[in-house]
Amino acid sequence: MSSIAAKKVPDAFGHFGRYGGRYVPETLMHPLQQLEDEYARAQQDPEFQRDYDYYLKEFCGRPTPLYFAERLTRELGGAKIYLKREDLLHTGAHKINNCVGQILLAKRMGKTRIIAETGAGQHGVATATVAAMFGFECVVYMGAVDCERQELNVFRMKMLGAEVVPVKAGQQTLKEAINEAMRDWVTNVRTTHYILGTAYGAHPYPLMVRNFQRVIGDEARQQILEKEKRLPDLLVACVGGGSNALGLFYPFIEDESVRMVGVEAGGKGIRAGKHAARFQGGSLGVLQGTRSYLLQDKSGQIQLTHSISAGLDYAAVGPEHAWLRDQKRVDYTYATDKHALEAFMKLARLEGIIPALESAHAIAEVIVRAPKLGKDCLVIINLSGRGDKDVSQVATKLNL
Amino acid sequence: MNRIVERFARLSREGKKGFVAYIGAGDPQLAATRRLALAFDKAGVDVLELGVPFSDPLADGLVNQLAAQRGLESGTTPAKVLATVAAIRKTSQIPIVLYIYFNLIHRYGMEKFIRDAAQAGVDGMLTLDLPPEEAEVYEALMRKAGLCNIYLIAPTTPNDRMELIAKRCAGFIYYVSREGVTGMQTEVADTISQMTKKIRAHTTLPVAVGFGISTPAQAKAVAASADAVVVGSAIVNQIALCGRGPDLVPRVTKFVKSLVQAVKKS
Ligand SMILES: Cc1ncc(COP(=O)(O)O)c(C=O)c1O
Repeated sequence: MSSIAAKKVPDAFGHFGRYGGRYVPETLMHPLQQLEDEYARAQQDPEFQRDYDYYLKEFCGRPTPLYFAERLTRELGGAKIYLKREDLLHTGAHKINNCVGQILLAKRMGKTRIIAETGAGQHGVATATVAAMFGFECVVYMGAVDCERQELNVFRMKMLGAEVVPVKAGQQTLKEAINEAMRDWVTNVRTTHYILGTAYGAHPYPLMVRNFQRVIGDEARQQILEKEKRLPDLLVACVGGGSNALGLFYPFIEDESVRMVGVEAGGKGIRAGKHAARFQGGSLGVLQGTRSYLLQDKSGQIQLTHSISAGLDYAAVGPEHAWLRDQKRVDYTYATDKHALEAFMKLARLEGIIPALESAHAIAEVIVRAPKLGKDCLVIINLSGRGDKDVSQVATKLNL
Repeated sequence: MNRIVERFARLSREGKKGFVAYIGAGDPQLAATRRLALAFDKAGVDVLELGVPFSDPLADGLVNQLAAQRGLESGTTPAKVLATVAAIRKTSQIPIVLYIYFNLIHRYGMEKFIRDAAQAGVDGMLTLDLPPEEAEVYEALMRKAGLCNIYLIAPTTPNDRMELIAKRCAGFIYYVSREGVTGMQTEVADTISQMTKKIRAHTTLPVAVGFGISTPAQAKAVAASADAVVVGSAIVNQIALCGRGPDLVPRVTKFVKSLVQAVKKS
């Protein structure tokens, strides 16, 4: 494991070992190269970094607290549990960290129009927010099923001045929204920047989104060292495309004593079409710009997925996660809908925090693990978002 | 010799322009695909481009998305498409290109797919989402199998990339005449002749132009600055209108013939 620091990924073409890369139609190849070049220039530009830090602090409310979940810890009777409170960020989830970075890039590139896909609607809201703040035209693609189950966020996007396009193809969730966003981008690429919302897609997106999200882990590392005078033993985060998990994990990657667990959506259980746990039922493939693990049938058609959480309900996982799994640096597991719902309620009742259903998957895993860990064990959960968007769905499910 | 190379050599000798017809395989079923292929051959189509249906065709507009969906609903798989090509080969030597998304090849096994495709009688492949940067092994296997590896050039492709693509492409270059997905347009882009000129500075390969061409008049106009014209969605749309009706093949072929004639007259 100690070798991980020596392996520099991704390579110049965006490959994380055999994963990643740039698999897109020719029309997008040069625009992606331009994005990669501009991002590289921005990284060297102190002004860009200053702007990014400024908006994260003044507009989004960073740093977010690392909160000791005292009652949850006591109830589970084992490890000491901290919550990284991304739910307290402006717009209610970690997604805006990435959006601030990308809107600043879009501005540098002289684009005038922003598009995005969204599943849970959190990325759509964050995109609509930065577009409003910087005066960009904004179109958000969202599966018609997701528009229904995350209706609150549809209203928010509209209020922020974005056009929300419900996508009716296929199973009408996140994957179809990405297809439609890519079709828009291919058509309008000269004026438009595509703010992809997770550590997925063609190079440089997985790298860039991870870097815009690493602020989560950078803060958490400093905060835990201040509070506990030592590194944590375990980090836990949910994995949709994988941006909140990488954001928390990445700054700890070379700290060998820190274990990490990514939690995928187990849906109704690991049977084809009933879940979105790519590392359970998936295999290597190429979808929407990158090579990674995905849920597909034997001829390579992408399979249906299911999760109670729209943000995790996606057939593929970010390439860096596939690589970290091969390196045995991160373990991956899943939580079912049922366990996520229980975790959702537990956090609400014990801590007075209503989590996003996505984040509830990470909590569910800690509910299983914490009792088996010693009291001196330190765990950080990435509370990637708040659950306002989910209250009506959960109320219906639980007959509240 | 590869049938695509042979056909373009003949067209060039005769001073004629080529016509490439795209349809979705298995739309509405593979039996219809085979009959359409044979009828297109007789109608003078130079290259048949067969779309292999994929669940997530992100480079395609609505018309071709729906065709892919019908193809999947009729049970079309990559293996069955190859079997259909083999069936077409019993009576026809029309050059055939597969228009395909890379995951289907990847899943089948790249080496095996390319070998099986060559054996079935496929002449070339256009893998939409496999740029040269990711295609080293693929290109070597294609060469070994004697298949033409067809690449796209887009309006966004800068000069140095054109050169790279031209070097690594075989059979013909497919110039995508506008930014966007496949689909029918009321007007063709006005930059075509300028772009084909630029492309020709890098290569002696024939240049086919497609995306958005839907009428005989448009096809004729484009043929003036291309070696071949590709029409897809407009033909697929005819197939959608006929559905499983008995006049599918004659009606679609009649439309295709009008396109062939427009291109050949130019
Ligand atoms: C609150 C929240 N957490 C997690 C996710 C999953 O995305 P990722 O895996 O990129 O963090 C989403 C996506 O919509 C989300 O809204």
